[in-house]
Amino acid sequence: MSVKQLSQMSAKELLAYYQAKLDEEARQAKANGKLVCWSASVAPPELCVAMDIAMVYPETHAAGIGARKGALDMLEVADRLGYNVDCCSYGRVNIGYMELLKEEAMTGKTPEVLANSPAARVPLPDLVITCNNICNTLLKWYENLAAELDIPCIIIDVPFNHTMPVSEESKAYIADQFRNAISQLEVICGRPFDYEKFHAVRQQTQRSIAQWNRIATMSQYKPSPLNGFDLFNYMALVVCARSRDYAEITFRKFADELEEKYKKGESAFKGAEKNRVAWEGIAVWPYLGHTFKTLKNQGSIMTGSAYPNIWDLTYDAEDETLHSMAEAYTRTYINTCLDNKVKVLRGIMDRGKCDGVVYHLNRSCKLMSFLNVETAELIQQANGLPYVSFDGDQTDPRNFAPAQYDTRVEALGEMMDQAAQTAGE
Amino acid sequence: MYTMGIDVGSSSSKAVILRDGSEVVAEAVVQAGTGSSGPGRVLEEIAARSGLKVQDMAFILATGYGRSNLPMADKQMSEITCHAKGVFFEEPTARTIIDIGGQDVKAIALTDQGTIRQFYMNDKCAAGTGRFLEVMSRVLEVGLDEMAGYHFRSQHPASVSSTCTVFAESEVISLLSQGMAKEDIIAGVHFSVAAKACALAQRVGVRESVVLTGGVGQNSGVADAIQKELGQQILVARDPQLTGALGAALLAYEEQIRKEKSA
Repeated sequence: MSVKQLSQMSAKELLAYYQAKLDEEARQAKANGKLVCWSASVAPPELCVAMDIAMVYPETHAAGIGARKGALDMLEVADRLGYNVDCCSYGRVNIGYMELLKEEAMTGKTPEVLANSPAARVPLPDLVITCNNICNTLLKWYENLAAELDIPCIIIDVPFNHTMPVSEESKAYIADQFRNAISQLEVICGRPFDYEKFHAVRQQTQRSIAQWNRIATMSQYKPSPLNGFDLFNYMALVVCARSRDYAEITFRKFADELEEKYKKGESAFKGAEKNRVAWEGIAVWPYLGHTFKTLKNQGSIMTGSAYPNIWDLTYDAEDETLHSMAEAYTRTYINTCLDNKVKVLRGIMDRGKCDGVVYHLNRSCKLMSFLNVETAELIQQANGLPYVSFDGDQTDPRNFAPAQYDTRVEALGEMMDQAAQTAGE
Repeated sequence: MYTMGIDVGSSSSKAVILRDGSEVVAEAVVQAGTGSSGPGRVLEEIAARSGLKVQDMAFILATGYGRSNLPMADKQMSEITCHAKGVFFEEPTARTIIDIGGQDVKAIALTDQGTIRQFYMNDKCAAGTGRFLEVMSRVLEVGLDEMAGYHFRSQHPASVSSTCTVFAESEVISLLSQGMAKEDIIAGVHFSVAAKACALAQRVGVRESVVLTGGVGQNSGVADAIQKELGQQILVARDPQLTGALGAALLAYEEQIRKEKSA
């Protein structure tokens, strides 16, 4: 692909192009005997990218499988291995996928279910890196991967923030975790860590994040040129390529397109934007279209979600103590106390000028869901806006019922209409 | 002006025709819900009772799980809004609604103006729903309409603690095999349903009057258990199965007036 052709692509085309390219690079790396690492979505990629390791992100990969309606096949493999349906479905999809790849590697035959899967083909890892800044399931999940495949597991341990702001001790501890990971990488790679490249990668990461944040600001406008559900799709690159220029290029293009739309007074919707909602929680990937259309059909646009905001990993790339980077990787709102969670979500609702909230009671993500009841009540006390909660799951289609979702979301729409009518009288 | 509300639920289909948004002309209930012959039959039945045809309706509003599958409807709205409307019309003192249908349990808090302040519904679980009672009725070999009679004869209600319908079914079978009186088991089942519904009501905040609606509201044993669980009197809607359809007919009237005004 020539530079000229890339420059002519829309943001949507760039997104698809770079996603495919990342998978291809991982496959090529494997074929050429280079290292491949499977990484947790908010573990710092800066360390591995500095060492030229190809990265694969199981959470994004599982979400993609879910969105392409292929999750059930993988979940059934995990079911057979004894993973309970109460475990995270990203983990179960990924462990199911890993099991199939392993079977293929050991027998030389591709299992039928893998051959027929809509999953993007990614190679088995040579090492894994995980971080508990978004949940503790990621520890056991990655330990299992490492044990099953007999490969190294790098863990970045990040303490939970029971109070905010993040303490200096915590930043120092996490910076030490980074340094420890660097030592592990030197052993795994058999060469000294490339500190110069590490610096450049941190700078690149910040350029990508700046463009990502530029996109998020677009939902402040009325009508909003940004449909919040698009962020769920573009998230793939902030997860998988934030330390590469792929993310920066795509996000800049998307932000430019949105700015253009805003200047023309165009809404993300073809129809009128009747009201604006915040979405709390991970998307329901197997029903992404359905969850979006139910809102769209009633004229509700999603203009605020704390989920994509997790990747606002802004830090000082010049800080060689790595305390600033440590702070960015620990302040993710689900790694903080209830007060801060409420503050973050309220801020997002204010900026997105939201009229109500949809809370996803996600059977897979206990950390994100268990505080929903308290969060919802505290936010409503503060801003008086209606909210609704629905049962669902990020990738297990068996835990979501479209009709149940519709009833709850439509009732929220009617409450928002009622509030608007009362305000207008 | 005639308006019609149709509530097609998971277990039954209901319809109400109103004259000028205030007077009930006809009502009909068929015990078959969405995806069955219920919706068609309820329309035939209400036409027969009222002597009015679909074409005579100025506006038709549909609600319930089958609301999107009724081509004659001018608009669809959620049953939460429709129940609130119907209950407040019949009982203006209502501030808390407990609605127990075939597959949903909901608690709705109303403002003094009758609009929805907040609502909560059951999780993805059949516990405390009409379906839960149907399963128990089958296991106990006691008809749904007979359960209230058994309830009031109970001396020592059993404790049915499982929230999962399948687990509760096992629990009831075990109680039966221990020789416990059906009266006590049934009262225990009713208290189990009441506990689930009251937990939702307590989450929205119980304010008087509390009104019980939905098909399960026809079971006075459940109403009694809810009163005991809440420790206060509750009202049961005149015809608890019909409040959603009544609310839909009222909202249909409001929609038509709004349409005429803006025309």
